[in-house]
Amino acid sequence: MEYEVVIGLEVHTELLTKTKIYCGCTTEFGGQPNTHVCPVCLGLPGALPHLNKKVVEYGIKSGLALNCSITKYGRMDRKNYFYPDCPKNYQITQDELPLCRDGYIEVELEDGTKKRVGIERIHIEEDAAKLLHTPAGTLVDFNRSGVPLAEIVSKPDMRSPKEAVKYLERLKSILSSTKVSDCKMEEGSLRCDANISIMEKGSDTFGVRTEIKNMNSFKALEKALNYEIDRQIKAVESGEKLTQDTRRWDDTKGETTVMRSKEFANDYRYFPEGDLVTLNIDDEWIEEIRKTIPELPHEKEARFVKEFGIPKHDASVITFTMSMADFFEKTAKISEDAKSASNWLMGDISKIMKENATWVEDLKFTPEQLAELIKLINSGTISNAIGKKIIVTMFSTGKSPKTIVEEEGLIQNSDEGSILEVVNKVLDENSKSIEDFKNGKKRALGFVVGLIMKETRGKANPQIVNKLVNEEIKKR
Amino acid sequence: MELHKLKAHELKDLINNKEVKVEEVTESFFSRIDKVDHKIGAYLYKSKEEAVNNCKELDARIASGEKLEGLGGVPVAIKDNISVKGMQNTCASKILEGYIAPYDATVTKKIKENNGIILGKLNMDEFAMGSSNENSAFKKVVNPWNEECVPGGSSGASAAAVAALEAPLTLGTETGGSVRQPASLCGVVGLKPTYGRISRYGVTAFGSTLDQVGTIGRDVEDCALLTGAIAGVDKMDFTTVSTPVQDYKKSLVKDIKGKKIGIPVEYFGDGLDDNVRKCVDEAIKVLEDNGAIVKKISLPLTEYSLAAYYIISSAEASSNLARFDGIRYGHRSKESQDAVDIYIKSRSEGFGKEVKRRIMLGTYALSSGYYDAYYKKALKVRNLIKQEFVKTFEEFDVLLSPTSPSTAFKFGEKTKDVLSMYLSDIYTVPVNIAGLPAISVPCGFVNNLPVGLQFIGNYFREDVLFNMAYSYEAATDWHKKAL
Repeated sequence: MEYEVVIGLEVHTELLTKTKIYCGCTTEFGGQPNTHVCPVCLGLPGALPHLNKKVVEYGIKSGLALNCSITKYGRMDRKNYFYPDCPKNYQITQDELPLCRDGYIEVELEDGTKKRVGIERIHIEEDAAKLLHTPAGTLVDFNRSGVPLAEIVSKPDMRSPKEAVKYLERLKSILSSTKVSDCKMEEGSLRCDANISIMEKGSDTFGVRTEIKNMNSFKALEKALNYEIDRQIKAVESGEKLTQDTRRWDDTKGETTVMRSKEFANDYRYFPEGDLVTLNIDDEWIEEIRKTIPELPHEKEARFVKEFGIPKHDASVITFTMSMADFFEKTAKISEDAKSASNWLMGDISKIMKENATWVEDLKFTPEQLAELIKLINSGTISNAIGKKIIVTMFSTGKSPKTIVEEEGLIQNSDEGSILEVVNKVLDENSKSIEDFKNGKKRALGFVVGLIMKETRGKANPQIVNKLVNEEIKKR
Repeated sequence: MELHKLKAHELKDLINNKEVKVEEVTESFFSRIDKVDHKIGAYLYKSKEEAVNNCKELDARIASGEKLEGLGGVPVAIKDNISVKGMQNTCASKILEGYIAPYDATVTKKIKENNGIILGKLNMDEFAMGSSNENSAFKKVVNPWNEECVPGGSSGASAAAVAALEAPLTLGTETGGSVRQPASLCGVVGLKPTYGRISRYGVTAFGSTLDQVGTIGRDVEDCALLTGAIAGVDKMDFTTVSTPVQDYKKSLVKDIKGKKIGIPVEYFGDGLDDNVRKCVDEAIKVLEDNGAIVKKISLPLTEYSLAAYYIISSAEASSNLARFDGIRYGHRSKESQDAVDIYIKSRSEGFGKEVKRRIMLGTYALSSGYYDAYYKKALKVRNLIKQEFVKTFEEFDVLLSPTSPSTAFKFGEKTKDVLSMYLSDIYTVPVNIAGLPAISVPCGFVNNLPVGLQFIGNYFREDVLFNMAYSYEAATDWHKKAL
């Protein structure tokens, strides 16, 4: 039987305000345990929350960037549950009247078509404390208690794990470009839970869904969803009845396991938070906030295609993060070669950053220096191959490409006479390859060229090498 | 001169006239406490050392020629659910034993800033749940007029301490009549202000949408003095309101000519003690003599107040009291193995019977499947009751009723029958439901036990209440019948 997959995502993202949502404590990451605390975020007797206006502003801003409508009246509610990371044993969140509703994100699917994924709601709430499990017992660090979060709930609009990943990628790039959050999954400032079910293809009734938690990367999200689809299909086909469980993804084992089943689900007993008054949000404020939203990734993407003439695919990759887009734009303008700028950023530079687990923000070289490298290649001063070496040095030292070229004597050799000497030397030593080539083995030529480049330590102008090799072989 | 026999405003004048020292006044109250509190049981904690140090500082300021504004060096005792930095805050519960508040409540801060001296922390019904002070986990408080009788609750000790001259001024808290009912039963003046008039920051929460700090003194002037010192908007409490605080001193005039008083017939129904009724009827005559226009009215929704109150207050309490879990502070069961075990055992051992009853009641009322039938419906009833009052205040300046249906009852008399205990708040609770201000003033005695008269005012019209209460008090002697 064929199945259709239904996926919805619940994303928690930390909002980048300086202070916590219900008190004046700093939201700074790190710090000695329990030093960023006060009676409010410790839940001491008598302490009362007061709402940080900036958090509401950032919530609205994220809603506007995600095409939501903003509520006129907002309310905070209590979600009651006992857990040691929750100092009041209730979380102040929003239930019936969230800040934002009915938005969407446009994602581009593998086949290039566009799809709108709906956003059900966005609400603001407080983060919990951090539990540290030690051999001596469990310790609680309340520094994170009360850090503001926005919870962004999608509609069950995604039909494959790939779509879910695309959605999350898009969401992340929009949120970080509006600067309401830095969205670092590995630091926990972006967290994602998924609701997933399967149904018979063509059916309009959703199957029994499970909620999956603890997916800490895009890869984990995709793997967990794929695992869960297989598990659910196997269960259905073996006649097993699926239950509405909350499951935990174990990345090392590569499987989901039951955290709690529906019968043990909490009754959160939501009710209005009497310590905070109703939020009245007027249009004037919303418009003020709208003005602060910068160019969003999809707007940037379209502009880059138009302004720089780079392919759509390049523009889409380059605008994935704000910092990459900025780096590209500067490099493209200075070098006057946008395509090379995007090639470098998408290719070698992305590869090196990935290997070193760093971000564009951390690069030691500047767009001016990358532009200089592009110009050196375009002017024939160095070869592309040398450029690839130089970029590695630039990455680790931050030195300018000109300095590196001078220090390491890497200027391209275009002197036909001296190259011809090497060509003939190599051909003399590899008569077998010449034979192979003449017998139709095209690869043999590449082998010879490689040896010549090695001999000249990459400095020989590749076009001239190619030309000379062809000429010389014909003579033999 | 026995300074503890004087009222707060009298002491303030003596201090500022340099006739007595702040320290002498405070010492006088501590000796009174030493003499009688073993019988009364009002104090859970006495802060003599700190108080005396603060007195010395104020005396030095007076000696240097400064005039002490505000409370003027007069001592105040504080209910043990209001945070005072460095002092215990038990809420008369075992679950908070050992907890020392690391910060001042806003009202505490204001008392300090307004030159008040804090005497210590006062006994109460556990977590302010009760009407007789019999729910204290530590000791009982007796009614100073008759030791066999309760002082009322939950601010029983706040009223008893003033009546027994152990403090000239005290702070209590109200969720449903907890200042006015004991004030009535102990023969002192007690005010519950408009919801939002006084900051709740630092006041251990019971029912967040109902709780207010209340003030108690021996006469209306004292009560107004303390109220003026602590009222006002507070950025730490979002529910406080920026409406300016009136100068209550200006309200202390006898003239009430032409003021309209409504008498809601529902507050004079079956449960009302005949002798209490007589006292209140007499009081009405006095007010008419003073120039007020009195008219009977009906508030038909009154009968639903108590039911709505017990659902809303218990629901909110079930959530507010969740933080007492043995994890961070207070009592932790020695037997516990893991987190859930800590919760269950610490809370089972730490909370008393009435508190557990309300937590269970409130949890039930908020549960999925019952929320609409109980909590949501109670909120609707509350709204209707509010509207009924709002409409009434379009015509009347104040409403008048007895504060409590009876005088102080005997220990154990109502503990077996919870409902009869709850009914002792029947005239006070509608005010909390609506968020209105109200004051109780002494209006007579039955068998040597005080009777209280209640004035209910419009929102943020504490000034009108003080005016009415003062006018009545000026024409009678009940408040002078000190112990």
